[in-house]
Amino acid sequence: MSETTEPLVRFDSVQKSYDGEILVVKDFNLDVAKGEFVTMLGPSGSGKTTCLMMLAGFEPATHGEIYLEGVPINNVPPHKRGIGMVFQNYALFPHMTVAENLAFPLEVRGLGKSEISDKVNKALDMVRLGGFGDRRPAQLSGGQQQRVAVSRALVFEPSLVLMDEPLGALDKNLREEMQYEIKHIHENLQVTMVYVTHDQSEALTMSNRIAVFDDGIVQQLAPPSELYEKPMNAFVAGFIGENNRLYGEVKEINGDYCQVELEGGGGMVKALAVNIGGVGSRTTLSLRPERTTIGAAKESSTNSLEAKVEELIYLGDHIRSRVSLSGNDQFIVKVPNSHGHVHLKEGETTQIGWEADDCRALDA
Amino acid sequence: MADNTTAGEVVLAADGLPLKASLNRAMRKSRRRALFLVAPLFIFVLFSFLIPIFDMTMRSVDNWHVSTLMPETTKALEGWDGEAMPEEPVFAALILDLKAGAISREIGKVGTRLNYEKSGLRSMITSSARKSKKVTEGPYKPQVLKMHKRWKELETWKVIKRNTAPYTIGYYLNAVDMKYDNKTGDIVMQSEDRQIYTTLFIRTFAISLAITLICVVLAYPISYLLATLPVRYSNLLMIFVLLPFWTSLLVRTTAWIAMLQSQGVLNDLFVFVGLVDDADRLQLIHNLTGTIIAMTHILLPFMVLPLFSVMKTIPPSYMRAALSLGANPVVAFVRVYMPQTLSGIGAGSILVFILSIGYYITPALVGGTDGTLISNQIAYHMQSSLNWGLAGALGALLLFSVLALYLIYNKIVGIDNMRLG
Repeated sequence: MSETTEPLVRFDSVQKSYDGEILVVKDFNLDVAKGEFVTMLGPSGSGKTTCLMMLAGFEPATHGEIYLEGVPINNVPPHKRGIGMVFQNYALFPHMTVAENLAFPLEVRGLGKSEISDKVNKALDMVRLGGFGDRRPAQLSGGQQQRVAVSRALVFEPSLVLMDEPLGALDKNLREEMQYEIKHIHENLQVTMVYVTHDQSEALTMSNRIAVFDDGIVQQLAPPSELYEKPMNAFVAGFIGENNRLYGEVKEINGDYCQVELEGGGGMVKALAVNIGGVGSRTTLSLRPERTTIGAAKESSTNSLEAKVEELIYLGDHIRSRVSLSGNDQFIVKVPNSHGHVHLKEGETTQIGWEADDCRALDA
Repeated sequence: MADNTTAGEVVLAADGLPLKASLNRAMRKSRRRALFLVAPLFIFVLFSFLIPIFDMTMRSVDNWHVSTLMPETTKALEGWDGEAMPEEPVFAALILDLKAGAISREIGKVGTRLNYEKSGLRSMITSSARKSKKVTEGPYKPQVLKMHKRWKELETWKVIKRNTAPYTIGYYLNAVDMKYDNKTGDIVMQSEDRQIYTTLFIRTFAISLAITLICVVLAYPISYLLATLPVRYSNLLMIFVLLPFWTSLLVRTTAWIAMLQSQGVLNDLFVFVGLVDDADRLQLIHNLTGTIIAMTHILLPFMVLPLFSVMKTIPPSYMRAALSLGANPVVAFVRVYMPQTLSGIGAGSILVFILSIGYYITPALVGGTDGTLISNQIAYHMQSSLNWGLAGALGALLLFSVLALYLIYNKIVGIDNMRLG
């Protein structure tokens, strides 16, 4: 984050409790720069939606302060915050037409009739729904309703738009299509977006930065590539993308690297020391399936272990191979379906190898 | 099937039979089962509801008395033009009918029927029937004219002639404060002092409308509270709303009497806090006020339940969306929340209005004179005056006006939009 420009949104050690006994959000800090697309990602019940509702003004923060453009907004009612919001089930007003829905935020702001109809038409064109203005929301498909909801949140030109799992109700193809559409809208309008989802691929596709939530705490806040390639703890490594885990005990630390003795009799492996205690502490080794080599490449790898092929699943572009390695029978290796790839058979024994830089030693 | 040809080609099933016929056969079993399931209720409704209503409605136009009990006179009067007094054959027929009626003791019914049209005709008929036993031979005209002075009046004969028709709209005229002018046979208004039913109808509709409006105003906030509270509180509150249903109607109404009478709880309280003077305590019962208070209380749950069930289905995200779009809470409520509750308001209103339009016990007990409704008049004619024709006419008018309202409501709001829960 640049130090010179003021963040648009700032959460300053925000806490939230509904019942006075359990903290749903524990010490949340986040700066969102102007024009940024920040996603709050986490399993349900992790506190991400609560943070969004506090920002929108529907839930008061129990402790801490939220700033919008440098102004504390804890005591500003939602309708005066000027934040656009897209809801999980769209919340399009069923008794109004699409055009009336879009005109609503403009009417309550006291805009003139002609100005309203101009802006409504422009907003409908933006989401490719020109000519749908006279329809009722119920007459539109899920994807169309979604687009109306997005354009309604944007039509009054807010500087900040919040989205609460807006694509959850759509089927897979439509969801992917909408991800790109929202991403393009964000790029074209340069509007700041805070997005909540539990779908990691959605977060990776659209965001500038992702805050991974678990148990009311931000586990890691980083751009998508960093989050995937350099997870800082076992939760993030497991939550983002596919991940092989091996457990072991730290035997030796040499600068950035460490030697780990695997549980289950796999022997010693070299790993990147990311988030471990001292020598003798337990650690989780995190290894992406696509960063392992199988069979022939064993000599060139830093680490090489013997593995038994348990299951092969043909997936077209690659063959997903489940092997048992060092007592872990859920170890996944992806064999690309390229020219001259290794042909495995179920039950055969092979060698699995990987580089020390791809194997991150994290908290147990 | 023949009606398929209009749609062009007949679609055939795999065996070459028309598809519709195959479908019909396939569905026959389930249709028969459905019929079997509704049969007990249908039979019950038929005998307890449809047939009695049809019977009462028929009574309101039925005019069997004269034509059935005085068949000879009816036949003899067929050719009479009503310009001058009838001739000897009519009087001969009359004597025959009177004699037969006196023996069968049925002639009094004719008297009662004719008396609705013109008072005094009952005694004329009954006394003449008694005297007719002594008449043995003609000419009959002078003897009949001697029996009662009313026989000499042309008007009497016109009334009898008019009522030889098997059906009449006389009861309906009566129910809307009109009547036949007995001299000319035209339809005219009743004299001012005898006009009661139109006033009662108007009052019934006005009171029902007032009760409906009060119910909407009272029920809306409580329904909103019920729909938005967490379930454990709303369930408890719901019990309070439904509590009146678990108490006998009579008990509740008498409780209101104890509450509202001039020496009652409410007046005592007003006097105690000095709101009213002991000498002029408020008259809250046995008048219009009492009817409205007690009926509003009784009908309130019928407004709360449909409103609640509609409000329950409105997710909080709509209000939140309106707020996030910049509407202040009042505007958001009026423009986004309220329109979505219209179906509930409609359902509750039509329910309360129709129930109160036919309400009987409560106005009878607490209504006094200016708080009684049309239903009380219907009950009076059913039980006391025994003028069932008029009772039927009043009831039918009430039924038709409710049906008309229902149709208007359907036209404006649409019955499909009505949600009762």
